[in-house]
Amino acid sequence: MIDQVSTPQVSVATGDFRPRVKARQRIGAIWRWLFFAATTLAIVLLGMLLWSIFSPGLSWLSWGLITNPPSRIPEKAGMNPAIWGSIWIVMGSGITAFLLGLGTAVYLEEYATRGRFNDFIQTNISNLAGVPSIVYGLLGLVVFVDWMNMGRSLLAGALTMALLILPVVVISSREAIRAVPSSLREASYGLGATRWQTVQNHVLPAAFPGVLTGVILAMSRAIGETAPLLVVGGASQVLWRPDGPFSTFMVMPLQIYNWTGRPQKEFEHLAAAAIIILMIILLLMNSLAIGLRHHFSKKARW
Amino acid sequence: MSFLEYRLSRRSLAAITAGTVAIAPFARVLGQGAVSYEAPDNIGDLEGEFEADGSSTLGPLTEAAIEEFAAVAPNVRITNGISGTGGGFERFANGETAISNASRTIKEEEAALAAENGVSWYQFSMALDGITVVVSAENDFVEDLTVEELANIWAADGGVTTWADVRADWPAENIELYGPGTASGTFDFFNEEILGDREVRTDYTPSEDDNVLVQGVAGSPMALGYFGFSYYEENADTLKAVAVDNGDGAVTPSIETIGDGSYAPLGRTLYIYVSGNELQSRPEVAEFVKFYAASSDEIAPAVGYIALPEDAEQATYDKVLGAIDGSIAPDSDSFGAEEEATPAASPAA
Repeated sequence: MIDQVSTPQVSVATGDFRPRVKARQRIGAIWRWLFFAATTLAIVLLGMLLWSIFSPGLSWLSWGLITNPPSRIPEKAGMNPAIWGSIWIVMGSGITAFLLGLGTAVYLEEYATRGRFNDFIQTNISNLAGVPSIVYGLLGLVVFVDWMNMGRSLLAGALTMALLILPVVVISSREAIRAVPSSLREASYGLGATRWQTVQNHVLPAAFPGVLTGVILAMSRAIGETAPLLVVGGASQVLWRPDGPFSTFMVMPLQIYNWTGRPQKEFEHLAAAAIIILMIILLLMNSLAIGLRHHFSKKARW
Repeated sequence: MSFLEYRLSRRSLAAITAGTVAIAPFARVLGQGAVSYEAPDNIGDLEGEFEADGSSTLGPLTEAAIEEFAAVAPNVRITNGISGTGGGFERFANGETAISNASRTIKEEEAALAAENGVSWYQFSMALDGITVVVSAENDFVEDLTVEELANIWAADGGVTTWADVRADWPAENIELYGPGTASGTFDFFNEEILGDREVRTDYTPSEDDNVLVQGVAGSPMALGYFGFSYYEENADTLKAVAVDNGDGAVTPSIETIGDGSYAPLGRTLYIYVSGNELQSRPEVAEFVKFYAASSDEIAPAVGYIALPEDAEQATYDKVLGAIDGSIAPDSDSFGAEEEATPAASPAA
């Protein structure tokens, strides 16, 4: 549309105005290409990253990698305990963060009165989302592992991860709750419903798809995090899948980290194959988020 | 493929095969290893959970031993961590772990912390390693270095910036240094042996990840670095090991020269430290340590380490047996006294 701008119809009295249509269009075109370059640069880098993982890793993909415990013989090595560890950690932290995060969001959006205290909490939650993940690891080490005496257990790991993703869950849940039209609440109050009845029957069902998407995306972040669990988990070789909240554990990123540090080249290739599996699981989780959102938003009628 | 000679009584074999299918690599081969280990009949029934932690150098060896032990004692769950020798000793001294992997001997303050927490300990030699000084394969002038030259390169007051500062006929190009970080036992050992009391320089590229050091040194003909022998061995096509001259002629690190002790002063012993209380009160810890000591000679080469000479392995095994039945007092009892008499612990046991 902009391309069709022609000489202005209105004559300008001051005489300072020069249309310079060609020049402006050229500048516009330059910006367009700069933006395009920014987009493609990211895609090219992603492509290079994928290539550097797939070219050594593809030939090392096997069922054994999923079903076997780690081994010093690269051909026999797998990451079964790490996959189970990741599943436990992600489910545990997801459920914890969902309950705490949704509770916080409902309180802040529906109950809290606007004021200094509310602003203070809001600022802090936003800041927490930007804290480096290693800091959460140290927090988890001190609070859960030492003070609460959980040891380097699955439970301590899951709770640490829950803290890490909590701010993201709170923020996305608040957005989802805020997106519920206030006419819905007003109608409910108008019919004599209490605040809790309104929240329970109208706000939460309507906000649910957004909340769920936020939680699943936060869980995808948790599954790839290494630093906090390096501090809290500590283990580098676990041959058994976790069998309870207090058992020691291994997660996929730590297994990859362990393999890349070994002298034998085969383990680097194995690590590349493990990264492929981690990426597949991540993609599955993200598509689940999209699918759920789609499913629930079809149900919503307002 | 059977790399372990492991003698099993018929009853335990039945118990194990009933419990796991992982028995396949354990054929009843006998006669190659220096030490033969006889598993008790009830080994399949042993249960328990304990942790090992410590050196990243020794980590893969302990992990391999754990992996093999899991095949015979499937209900004993051992996890291994890699917190570095220092980090491992800290957890060990706090009583968190039963076994600490160490690429150097315990320090006084670490032993003091253990004593404070009532943790007695034994030190067992498990394998040999040689810290290997490397240059890139593209480097065509460095073949050997004396200990004195190495000290000048790495000391803060050595005054070396170019290769010509080391030897006059070498190029006047900047020397690029790569080495492990300060948490590493390799770093401590190298500085103690090469620098003695001199301060180490800080203007080098440190990394806790030995593969990063490999990449750095391999990438530049003017680079020099050091790390464990296994990382050199796996990258021998892009790296060149520098022979080290201790005053008796230059010796290149190899399985032979490290094994017979002629690669000095950078040849070293890798140890595990085992809690005396755990060793004597928990049969699963005792069995694992026995198993580890008896099979270290066969596991070590498979993961890039050099096995102890036969007599040293036998000595370690005998010490393990003595430690378990209590006839040998914990090394922690004699630590202070021994420190004054002989500064470096004997590599034999």
